[in-house]
Amino acid sequence: MSIKITKNSWFEILKSSEERKWEELYRSRWEHDKVVRSTHGVNCTGSCSWNVFVKDGLVVGEVQATDYPAIGGDIPMTEPRGCARGASFSWYLYSPIRVKYPYIRGKLLDLWLDAKKKYDDPVDAWASIVEDTEKRNSYMVKRGKGGFRRIDYESALELIAASNIYTIKKYGPDRIIGFSPIPAMSQISYAAGSRYLNLIGGVVMSFYDWYCDLPLASPQVWGEQTDVCESADWFNSSYTVLMGSNVNVTRTPDAHYLYESKMKGGKIVVMSPDYSSVTKGADLWIKINKGQDGAFWLAVNHVILNEFYNKSITGYFDDYVRKYTDLPFLVYLDENNDSYEMGRMVRASDFENTEREENAEWKYAVIDLESKNVVFPYGSIGFRWAQDEKNKFKWRLINKCGISDKEIVPTLSILEVSDRTIGVKFYEYHNDKVVENVRNIPVFEIETKEGKKFVTTVFDLLNGMLGVDRGLGGDYPSSYYDDKIYTPKWQEKYTGVNADTVIKVAREFAENAAKTCGKSMIIIGAGINHWYHQDLMYRSAIMALLLTGSVGVNGGGLAHYVGQEKVAMLSSWATIAMAGDWLKPPRLQNTPSFWYIHSDQWRYEDKVFDYFKVNDENKFKEKHTADFIAKAVRLGWLPFYPSFSENPLNLAKLNNPQANVVNKLKKGELKFSVEEPDNPVNFPRVWFIWRANAIASSAKGHEYFMRHVLGTSDNLTAEEKAVSLKDVNNQIEAPKGKIDLIVDINFRMDTSALYSDIILPAATWYEKDDLNTTDMHSFVHPLRKVVAPLWESKSDWNIFKDLAKKFSALAEKHFPKSVKDLVVATLLHDTPEEIMQRDVKDWKYGETEPIPGKTIPKLAVIERDYKKIYHKFISLGPNAAKSIGAHGVSWDSSEEYEELKIKNGAIRLADEEFPSLEEPINVANAILHLAPETNGKVAVKGFKSLSKFTGINFDTLVKGNEKVKMDFDDITIQPRRLNTSPIWSGIIDEGRPYAPYTINTEFGLPWRTLTGRQHFYLDHEFYKYAGEMLPVYKPNLPENVLNELIKTQDGLVLNYHTPHGKWHIHSTYYDNLRMLSLSRGGQVIWLNNVDAEKYGIKDNDWVEVYNKNGVVICKTVVSSRMPSGVCYIYHATERTINVPISEKTNNRGGNHNSLTRVRLKPLAMVGGCGQFSYYFNYWGPVGVNRDTYVVVKKLNKVRF
Amino acid sequence: MDVRAQFSMILNLEKCIGCHTCSVTCKNMWTNRKGAEYMWWNNVETKPGTGYPKRWEDQEKYKGGWIKTDNGLSLKIGGKLKLLSKIFYNPDQPTVRNYYEPWSYEYEHLFNAADGDYQPTARAISEITGDYIEVKSGPNWDDDLSGSDEYALNDPNLSDEEKKLIKELSTVFMFYLPRLCNHCLNPACVASCPSGAIYKRGEDGIVLVNQEKCKSWRYCISACPYKKVYFNWNNVKSEKCIFCYPRIENGEATICSQSCVGKIRSLGVILYDVDKLTAILTENDTNLVDYIRECILDPKDEDVIRAAKESGISEEWITAAKSSPAYSYVKELGIALPLHPEFRTFPSVFYVPPLSPILPTIDTEDYIPEVDKLRIPIKYLSKIFSAGNEKIIKDVIEKLIVVRKYMRAKMLGDKEKLAEILKNSKLEEDLILKAYKLFTQATIHERYNIPQTAKGSNKDSYEQQGTIGFGLRGKKGFRK
Repeated sequence: MSIKITKNSWFEILKSSEERKWEELYRSRWEHDKVVRSTHGVNCTGSCSWNVFVKDGLVVGEVQATDYPAIGGDIPMTEPRGCARGASFSWYLYSPIRVKYPYIRGKLLDLWLDAKKKYDDPVDAWASIVEDTEKRNSYMVKRGKGGFRRIDYESALELIAASNIYTIKKYGPDRIIGFSPIPAMSQISYAAGSRYLNLIGGVVMSFYDWYCDLPLASPQVWGEQTDVCESADWFNSSYTVLMGSNVNVTRTPDAHYLYESKMKGGKIVVMSPDYSSVTKGADLWIKINKGQDGAFWLAVNHVILNEFYNKSITGYFDDYVRKYTDLPFLVYLDENNDSYEMGRMVRASDFENTEREENAEWKYAVIDLESKNVVFPYGSIGFRWAQDEKNKFKWRLINKCGISDKEIVPTLSILEVSDRTIGVKFYEYHNDKVVENVRNIPVFEIETKEGKKFVTTVFDLLNGMLGVDRGLGGDYPSSYYDDKIYTPKWQEKYTGVNADTVIKVAREFAENAAKTCGKSMIIIGAGINHWYHQDLMYRSAIMALLLTGSVGVNGGGLAHYVGQEKVAMLSSWATIAMAGDWLKPPRLQNTPSFWYIHSDQWRYEDKVFDYFKVNDENKFKEKHTADFIAKAVRLGWLPFYPSFSENPLNLAKLNNPQANVVNKLKKGELKFSVEEPDNPVNFPRVWFIWRANAIASSAKGHEYFMRHVLGTSDNLTAEEKAVSLKDVNNQIEAPKGKIDLIVDINFRMDTSALYSDIILPAATWYEKDDLNTTDMHSFVHPLRKVVAPLWESKSDWNIFKDLAKKFSALAEKHFPKSVKDLVVATLLHDTPEEIMQRDVKDWKYGETEPIPGKTIPKLAVIERDYKKIYHKFISLGPNAAKSIGAHGVSWDSSEEYEELKIKNGAIRLADEEFPSLEEPINVANAILHLAPETNGKVAVKGFKSLSKFTGINFDTLVKGNEKVKMDFDDITIQPRRLNTSPIWSGIIDEGRPYAPYTINTEFGLPWRTLTGRQHFYLDHEFYKYAGEMLPVYKPNLPENVLNELIKTQDGLVLNYHTPHGKWHIHSTYYDNLRMLSLSRGGQVIWLNNVDAEKYGIKDNDWVEVYNKNGVVICKTVVSSRMPSGVCYIYHATERTINVPISEKTNNRGGNHNSLTRVRLKPLAMVGGCGQFSYYFNYWGPVGVNRDTYVVVKKLNKVRF
Repeated sequence: MDVRAQFSMILNLEKCIGCHTCSVTCKNMWTNRKGAEYMWWNNVETKPGTGYPKRWEDQEKYKGGWIKTDNGLSLKIGGKLKLLSKIFYNPDQPTVRNYYEPWSYEYEHLFNAADGDYQPTARAISEITGDYIEVKSGPNWDDDLSGSDEYALNDPNLSDEEKKLIKELSTVFMFYLPRLCNHCLNPACVASCPSGAIYKRGEDGIVLVNQEKCKSWRYCISACPYKKVYFNWNNVKSEKCIFCYPRIENGEATICSQSCVGKIRSLGVILYDVDKLTAILTENDTNLVDYIRECILDPKDEDVIRAAKESGISEEWITAAKSSPAYSYVKELGIALPLHPEFRTFPSVFYVPPLSPILPTIDTEDYIPEVDKLRIPIKYLSKIFSAGNEKIIKDVIEKLIVVRKYMRAKMLGDKEKLAEILKNSKLEEDLILKAYKLFTQATIHERYNIPQTAKGSNKDSYEQQGTIGFGLRGKKGFRK
């Protein structure tokens, strides 16, 4: 029977009907008592402002704030930022995985209580445990295996403080380490631990390089850690290529700009091996074979050079590269057998008439187009660090010779001034061989102090390398379809992309940039950055941007989004976080070197050249990565702590300690710790982990950590094989368990907490006050205490403050007088130390003398009063009254310092008054008040200071900003947009999103590189020996040289990738019930349907995934959107959630890092040379992990 | 003409990034409690896929929605008489297996595990039985999968040819489909309820289950072809998306909309003619979209305004209807379509279908690809959004493309191209600019144009002003 629909039958018209009173039910649910602005201090760089709802004192939920100020112009509004992960945060607060109380490993508690009975002094008690091998081992082997007991907060702090004092006295403060990543997301919480560690002389560990988020190409090309546009600038792009970046998933709050730019008429090209979430939004999907993006871009550049430089000249491009890149700079051609090869860049020190110029080795040459003379343009790094009056104001980008002061026009190609050519060798790298191609290049002969020499320009070399035939003769390809390096045809065999697609994309990319003056953009991510040769791939893509004038332009450039972080108020934040307001230098460690050595991963591989293909490995004196690290340490290129096999407090006691230490090193009486890492005196002893999952998400080579760092059960089956060592001692038996005490400060029981000795309950992001910034947008906004810290939790600031107090009290007895500490510090970027080592000279081999700060690291002696750690922690020290700065710019901060005493209140210490940093809000206000980004008056001062340095007038950049001032309450009321700042390279203005290097292109401010320009050419001998002066193609590391696979006949062998997942931010939210419900409820591996079928594996099967590094047990997800030959386990999983026991190892299965280990590229270790100079998180080898293979097998029996 | 006001939502699938923020904020606010664990009033599905509950679109299995009969419409599960005759037997109702068995974990074990030989791990436990559970399905099990033999191949909308496409990486396709209660103009749930507990609110068209009147017959669950009414096993009532009426009534967006970080959602009022709607209920499938568009009235037309006032629609609502993004999307631009119009419930939620990358075999010189080159088959989209009418889908996609082409030419200052584009365009220039604005720069107030409900005009408001909130709460959270 049908019913006749009567039109009104569904409506309940009566509004005041009794029938509808029940509607109050859901209205009552929606009611709340207050709404508080806060956010999530998670390292996604989203930096989203949220409204948190409180009802009856309980946090009931959250939704995004939508009140960001408009950027202006036609830029779509910022609201609402925030993703599903953030939306699920309130689950954590009252959930059963919340750490509510302090916990301690039961076995350790027994030992501690026992020792305390015997010893009055807690330091002695601690000594009695760790100096007894049996006792020490008895709790180490129990790490991660349950048996936690509650401990009261004061007792926990006492134990920790005792371990700190003991370690400092016995081994030195540089054996106490701390790890916390990405300060930007909760800057005060980060600063809490780093400030404590720096005050006591401990070691703060880097993260950006360790996570492999640092794109080495950024310092290589730009001399900059990473500088990217805020996502709003994607809207300005009219041609966007995404590679290795799945912004829907990893940049969720920003992704809308991509789709909005598409609707504005922009084209979206996605390069990805899988059909990913963002691929669905593409116009063109380039289905590229994994890790072959470099080959694709090299061929793109071949086409661009051919069509936009040679066949016809594109005015905008030509002007751009002459002014802003090193393409016109001169390079020697060195004789090599019958032909020539690329040499180093031409320097002022090569000529008799200029060799006595100040910093002559650091001034680089071009040929003036009119006079055909060799000239030395303004802007080289030699001008940056000029002392002579006559050389000042020459660190800027104008076309004048810095020596003659005459106007010049840089010659781009030698063809403009000479028609002479010679054959130059270009190398092609295969897994099994290196092939030479000789191609003719135009040359110019110059007279140097060593006689006549051939030189050419970087531009000409680039044409030769890319195989762009200009009718010069030699081994050039005849057309795009000739299979020679680097034609569109050539790349087909690597990328699987046909030549026509390359040609089409190259033309569109360049045409678009030509029509829009550089609005072509590349969004790039971890899919590229995690390969061993990440830098080559990045540089290949960056070349296309530089050749099309797309860098330093709104809507153009390289948008690298991999864990990049931006502590916007960097200058003031770093002062507080690194305790520079009290004393300098801090001990800052590049983590990849540190853990490669200390987790003994170095013992499981031999020569680096087994997998790293170079022109001639014999040019390198070192063969093993560990030896390269040792070299980098002794030459001052990279840090390594502990520094020496002796206590730095003892070394500082020596007469004239610096000279004494140099002498001992020379004689071999004193060893760098890195040369003998497995000697117990060189172990790191206490490890603080806060805001981090250092043992799981961050521990590449997780199972190596389990065995060597923690000393507990592991899933490792690799064998030791390091023999080709020169300076690093492999004769000591590999230790099992190096760290005496692991302290984890956490709000959830993650894998790191589970494996730690002490867990202190941290306040969540809704229970503390803090600051949050990002480079994805240009706003600053807070985390606010929505509710009081729950159970026994406390903010990170207060935990370290309490620890400082406990430590200071114990120090009264153990350090009654202040002590001296010898701090070893690396040669730093953005200081005159970056022009110390133009060529590699190793004092150990007698190539030069060891001179601190020049040929070896700096040796600083500083005084520490351990009784005053607490007082110093809670007050802003006197250095902050002198000057503040970053990136080589600083300004007077005395006025703001005085103002802070009033704003924050003052702390008295020995008749002096200091601004208070007692509470997190005080710290927030200090950061905001001292920084140019949030205090316009400071911005004005900063730019004035930069003007004094460069002679450039920046007044227009700060106009109208002088009176902009923000404090913590202001940014709580509404997120506020930052000022343009002298320490950043981009302009922030009405209607204008932040885009990097716009100050460089619009004001002529040099990049912080050797030539002051953007570098195609990497002028360093290590790069020459490796053949990487220009970005060449090198294959990914093949499975057969890695020695990671346990070969079985029935296993599915796959390349192993760990892209960022959809349901977690690293491991945060991974264990959150909301996210587990919306995903597959635990760890999964993504497989291609055909691969899986071949081995009888179905969707949702349990499998064992393994290699020599370890084992993962997880479920499968089978889909044809995955390419064959690859598997994904989304970074980063936890072994705490529903993980069975491994059949292979009879141990609990691991997490995603159980299958990885690190392989460090020696080229990233060089230092003391322009952009190849260390800075914390800026430079150094990175923890790549994509060149890894695994076997996947069905699990026979599931056992928990 | 009998004018009704309907609160309406638009979801622009071209912009949907499948992030599920909508689902989570909704879950936190409305279904984070016992008996509601498995409910996701708002969920997001990957298409092709089987969805939640599995294969909900298959009405041969679930018997949801209406069917056309010789003399009118009938609920597919049967008329009221038939329902009453088998009131204790409802074979078409989905079971927990069709949704999923909600689970949690033994998190406490990580803290409490005794000192042992193995690292403790928190095992999955059923939220229904409390036992350890092997997780076999979830509310979003085929997320990002598309090409999957186990799931996507069972998508009822796929033709055999399309099934081949998703088995191959090079031709695979996917998009995201967020779903919530459609607050239908012809709601099957209301018609099916033996207790009369479900009603459509007169002032805004929101469909609600009266929690005091619901007698847990659960016919609504079967009758809803979208499977968007759920049964709370704890308090034994049917529950569903309430369009966040406590927020809407105060001029705020639904929580799924406010949290939509892809900025795909728009909210606004549409005015429609119930007379016309009643007349077209039994039209042919392929014409339904056109007829629905006809039912929606021009809010600026004086006759419509007069009739709306006669129907008791307030000035506030009429004003909002005039600048309603929903009206723009559905009627003016004609680019937003109902989900499965052939179910004949006439949703008030509309979708803009997505663009997609070109097929690998296609060679195109265009910067912006044309409709016939895109990889998501028009036919597949038409099965979902236009009851199989491919022309409607093609028209919509062409309109999206023309906006892009026009804006590109404008950005590059190419006047010749602009003229050429406009000559062949299905949209007038002002509508192109309107679409561009709605897609990109519309502010939160332009995307969410929400009239407030003037409650204070009731005669008891004076008393309520001083007493509201004091109400004591009853056993189940009711204010008595």
